[in-house]
Amino acid sequence: MGRYSAWEIIKQGLTGNKGWERAWRDPEPKARYDAIVVGGGGHGLATAYYLAKEHGIRNVAVLEKGWLGGGNAGRNTTIVRSNYMIPGNTEFYEFSLKIWENLSQDLNYNVMMSQRGQIVLFHSPAGRDAAARRLNIMRLNGIDGELLDREQVMKMVPHLDYSENARFHILGAAYQPRAGTARHDAVNWGFARAADQLGVDIIQNCEVTGFLHDATGAAIGVQTTRGEIRAGKIGVAVAGHSNRVAQMAGVGRLPIEAHALQAFVSEAVKPHLDYVIAFGGIGHFYISQSDKGGMVYGGDLDMYNNYAQRGMLPVVHDVHECVMQVMPSLGRARLLRSWGGIMDMSMDGSPIIDKSPVEGLYLNCGWCYGGFKATPASGFCFAHLIAKDEPHPAGAGLRLDRFRHGAMIDEKGAGATAWHH
Amino acid sequence: MLRIPCPYCGVRDQSEFDYGGDATVNYPALDASEQEWFEAVYLRDDPKGPHTELWRHARGCRMWIIVERNTVTHEITGARPANPAHAEVLKRDFELETT
Ligand SMILES: Cc1cc2nc3c(=O)[nH]c(=O)nc-3n(C[C@H](O)[C@H](O)[C@H](O)COP(=O)(O)OP(=O)(O)OC[C@H]3O[C@@H](n4cnc5c(N)ncnc54)[C@H](O)[C@@H]3O)c2cc1C
Repeated sequence: MGRYSAWEIIKQGLTGNKGWERAWRDPEPKARYDAIVVGGGGHGLATAYYLAKEHGIRNVAVLEKGWLGGGNAGRNTTIVRSNYMIPGNTEFYEFSLKIWENLSQDLNYNVMMSQRGQIVLFHSPAGRDAAARRLNIMRLNGIDGELLDREQVMKMVPHLDYSENARFHILGAAYQPRAGTARHDAVNWGFARAADQLGVDIIQNCEVTGFLHDATGAAIGVQTTRGEIRAGKIGVAVAGHSNRVAQMAGVGRLPIEAHALQAFVSEAVKPHLDYVIAFGGIGHFYISQSDKGGMVYGGDLDMYNNYAQRGMLPVVHDVHECVMQVMPSLGRARLLRSWGGIMDMSMDGSPIIDKSPVEGLYLNCGWCYGGFKATPASGFCFAHLIAKDEPHPAGAGLRLDRFRHGAMIDEKGAGATAWHH
Repeated sequence: MLRIPCPYCGVRDQSEFDYGGDATVNYPALDASEQEWFEAVYLRDDPKGPHTELWRHARGCRMWIIVERNTVTHEITGARPANPAHAEVLKRDFELETT
């Protein structure tokens, strides 16, 4: 399989585009691999890629029960940012953003990373204080961020509702210029193709239904809908199904619940929004415009345990109230599509990349509604953990036992939200 | 839209209710071990299928209820008062029919 290049496009164009090869193979599963990654979302694919690229472990399989990107990796609203302020998260998400900045070149696949900047509005003096504090912490950690006043926001995004009687009065915003969006499908396909080129077997329609253990209890393989597969090491990156798979594997229950998050896309309109706009606190809302012109947006979880990949009307209602409060100019745009994905909501809202109590089994979960931006760093750190049996420094704070010790990474600062998610 | 059969008020839209999470969690005694508290506060079965869960009819009678709901199909197969003693008192003093 060749590299993608401008020259290749011209050559293929002149020969009727008949010479393009499939982007990755469709191999039969082997009886044994050095490592298996369960889950062919962005995180699983990135993990396999970095196992092969960084650690030379190429006899690897990614086992996906459906099709690549059929989970959250292909359902998210594609926002990439690193405006986190609690140790554990801060360094991890900035590490991720740095990988994003070169990801297209590294994968030889255009992931359409667009650093258009994210503007997080605040609507109260307390919101301003919180934004200033977050930005200060980010800057102390070498992350870009600026506090914008109302006039600056008005200049950058003139068509929000700045009227005096606006329900969400806009006082200013926290701005991260290096944040933006990337194309989610391209990220999955790019990692899949690059991993495949390094020898990784990507096996779709292969659901893991059980685990094989040796006499000491260590995990030595999996049962799947396509037969038994043995492996030296097994990484689990199944997002919304983390608790299900962990219990199946003998790890026991996780501090995680499955919840649905919805996304919405409007009909295509002319260029209307140059930035990602978001706000939280009062309401919860984020919006950007895709390259095709659709407004892509979302809000809160459906807020009850949920394994159905579609949402319910109360959240549809809430989210569109937010649209109308902040961007009334979209009032007559038609909603084209909406869908849901199953989030692995951890009890503190932060992720877990760690060894499990079962020897040979590694966990990558708890991504909540923010794991797309984490995709490259998650794969990088998880591959490091699997290959070396010790955490990568950038992901070393994301431990499973933090709940037991009360050392939560509680980004919202709201305390333990045990039954909230 | 879920339609939740509140045992006090009858069938109402989900938007009248707040969710209270897994109703099978038993909180241990205050002096129980750290392990027991850790399990009660943080660990969840998180089943894919039937789930016994708490809801509060916050924009209605404000009572906590226990609902049996399937987390895949959303089918609701039962709802009962979370506090049966409370329900008994209401029934006796106000002749409220609870199911
Ligand atoms: C609507 C929505 C909007 C979002 N918006 C954003 C955003 O703007 N920014 C952001 O950073 N994040 C966002 N997220 C979160 C982000 O998409 C997820 O955190 C991230 O994609 C999770 O990692 P993943 O890609 O590996 O998950 P997934 O793509 O869900 O991968 C998990 C895979 O495991 C497979 N699997 C499950 N069980 C088994 C089994 N037994 N055997 C084999 N395979 C199995 C599933 O089929 C699935 O393909 C959003 C999510 C949703 C749903």
